[in-house]
Amino acid sequence: MSAASQDNAARTGVIARAAIYAVLILFAVYYLLPLYVMLVNSLKPLEEIRQGNMLALPQQWTIAPWLSAWSTAQIGVQPIGLRPYFINSVLMVVPAVFISTMLGAMNGYVLTKWRFRGDSFVFGMMLLACFIPFQIVLIPSARILGLLDLSGTVSGLILIHAVYGLGFTTLFFRNYYEAFPTELVRAAQIDGASFFQIFRRILLPSSGPIIVVTVIWQFTNIWNDFLFGSSFSSVDSIPLTVALNNLVNSSTGVKEYNVHFAGAILAALPTLVVYIVSGRYFVRGLMAGAVKG
Amino acid sequence: MAFLEIEGLQKKFGAADVLKGITLEIDEGGFLVLVGPSGCGKSTLLNTIAGLESVSAGEIRINGKRVNELHPSQRDIAMVFQSYALYPNMTVAQNIAFGMEIRGVPKPERDKAVAEVAEMLQIKHLLARKPSQLSGGQRQRVAMGRALVRRPQVFLFDEPLSNLDAKLRVDMRTEIKRLHQSMKRTIVYVTHDQIEAMTLASKIAVLKDGVLQQFGSPAEIYNRPANMFVADFMGSPAMNLIPAEIAREGNDTRLKVEQRSGEPLSLALGEAGAALKPGKVVFGIRPEAVTDPDGADRTSRNVVEAPCLIEVVEPAGSDTFAVTNLGGKEAVVRLRADAKVSPGQTAMLAFNLDKAVFFDPETQLRLT
Ligand SMILES: Nc1ncnc2c1ncn2[C@@H]1O[C@H](COP(=O)(O)OP(=O)(O)O)[C@@H](O)[C@H]1O
Ligand SMILES: [Mg+2]
Repeated sequence: MSAASQDNAARTGVIARAAIYAVLILFAVYYLLPLYVMLVNSLKPLEEIRQGNMLALPQQWTIAPWLSAWSTAQIGVQPIGLRPYFINSVLMVVPAVFISTMLGAMNGYVLTKWRFRGDSFVFGMMLLACFIPFQIVLIPSARILGLLDLSGTVSGLILIHAVYGLGFTTLFFRNYYEAFPTELVRAAQIDGASFFQIFRRILLPSSGPIIVVTVIWQFTNIWNDFLFGSSFSSVDSIPLTVALNNLVNSSTGVKEYNVHFAGAILAALPTLVVYIVSGRYFVRGLMAGAVKG
Repeated sequence: MAFLEIEGLQKKFGAADVLKGITLEIDEGGFLVLVGPSGCGKSTLLNTIAGLESVSAGEIRINGKRVNELHPSQRDIAMVFQSYALYPNMTVAQNIAFGMEIRGVPKPERDKAVAEVAEMLQIKHLLARKPSQLSGGQRQRVAMGRALVRRPQVFLFDEPLSNLDAKLRVDMRTEIKRLHQSMKRTIVYVTHDQIEAMTLASKIAVLKDGVLQQFGSPAEIYNRPANMFVADFMGSPAMNLIPAEIAREGNDTRLKVEQRSGEPLSLALGEAGAALKPGKVVFGIRPEAVTDPDGADRTSRNVVEAPCLIEVVEPAGSDTFAVTNLGGKEAVVRLRADAKVSPGQTAMLAFNLDKAVFFDPETQLRLT
């Protein structure tokens, strides 16, 4: 009798498992479908797309749309492809991510290990920054960029993104360092280490997971940003997202859907790469921050 | 002049008064233990000595020099933390050498100092490991190594053994005592374990709620506790604190103690009683001062025997503890291992009144 019920339990286990896998596969397909459509259509000549069947594989494989999107497609009025804008985006994202991450780490360090009167108030204000919608800060930001003579420059965009990201990066690092043992800082003080030496030699080397989380978060947000990019850039500082929009919305000539698809994938590629390379640490870092140090 | 002097030390965290005027001192090479229940301010006091916390009032002097304003690294102290506080990203050798590295000591010299300390603490084989690869006892040794390598004037220990299991704790306690005897450096040691305090200290400071209860040698603290808190806190099993009454009968002073059944005990106090006023007192007597008559201390001048009802018997191997009821409270007494007593029986017990102390039930302070 017990053998029979065990057998039963095993069988329901298999059925449940099969059901779970079926649902998971269904969702995986559902979420991957848009990527698939973009990918296959970016590798077809335009006529094939016009014939209709969006889901079919290309009959004639071609990378011409990719080359066009990269270097010759019409963006606004200029036939120069996305490349210069890709470079703009890189020049903007890398310093902005670096600055906001380092400042967030410093803030977290000070807010947890060098507490001062009113520190929770300061932290509360920084948290508030996470919830302020982009639109509200547009006009004050424009004014400040004007005063600093940074309007329409990549540096201006770096400044805006670094400042806007500071709330989040501070939150991440503060919560992570909150669980970091204060006795370590005290031991280092007795060893004679200075404020910055403690930060660099003791805290930073133990911050791997939270640095990965912050970098991914900041990179994706800044790379994908459209509003600040379109509001504060001028001809030679337009980031990729804005250029992609200009590519897709070019009013002249036929709509080259294959080129648009290729361009869109190009624009998404860096964030994809960052996720694939360090996504594992992302989840682990979020957990570490949440559970313990 | 003492080596480490603390005078009128106060510490406030905002509105919270954590240390309320502590005055202490310890001679060079002495072993000062700060003991008290958790939350009484021991760590805070140690941190102010280290310079990790500022003081609200009072003065700290090391070797005659005021150090209130000095940075922790300039006070010539080293500290061992409760959690060991080993830098997780560095090897054992790097942990020990970190302070020297910060001070710019050249590498060959650092290596030599690390090797010496590793030798002394028998951790040579661990030097290349990370703290996460060490057991609790090994981490403890490394933490001590990091302190020893500085050769400071004063060592500060904050509950260094509380994270170890019982056996290791006893071993490390002996080791710390041995190190202290060989190095002859001044140590301030925090613990909530009164046995650690008794075994290690040359001077003990008992704290409660940020107030210094008593400061003295282990024998003074043990035999002449300043108040009922100290009496109860130091010693295991704790001192019996029995409500009783002093009565004058002619020239005799007698101590009357209620029992659960039968006549109250009436113990002649002899000359010790002359200084006591008649009235209610708390009679403090340690378990080992109440024995079976044959086990009584023959060198004592005043041993009084009285019949008591034994309620519980707890053999502990080397001794037998028995519980009786005196003055409405359970009293623990210590008999020889082979004393013939059984629960429910009335046995003669010998009270060594040389060891008795008396407290005022109102103020809880020791009388006489
Ligand atoms: N940084 C601080 N801010 C506020 N209160 C504190 C701080 N550090 C300690 N305290 C308080 O001071 C008291 C003594 O703490 P501590 O010295 O750590 O006690 P112990 O080491 O004797 O257990 C506790 O009540 C604790 O809550
Ligand atoms: Mg403590």
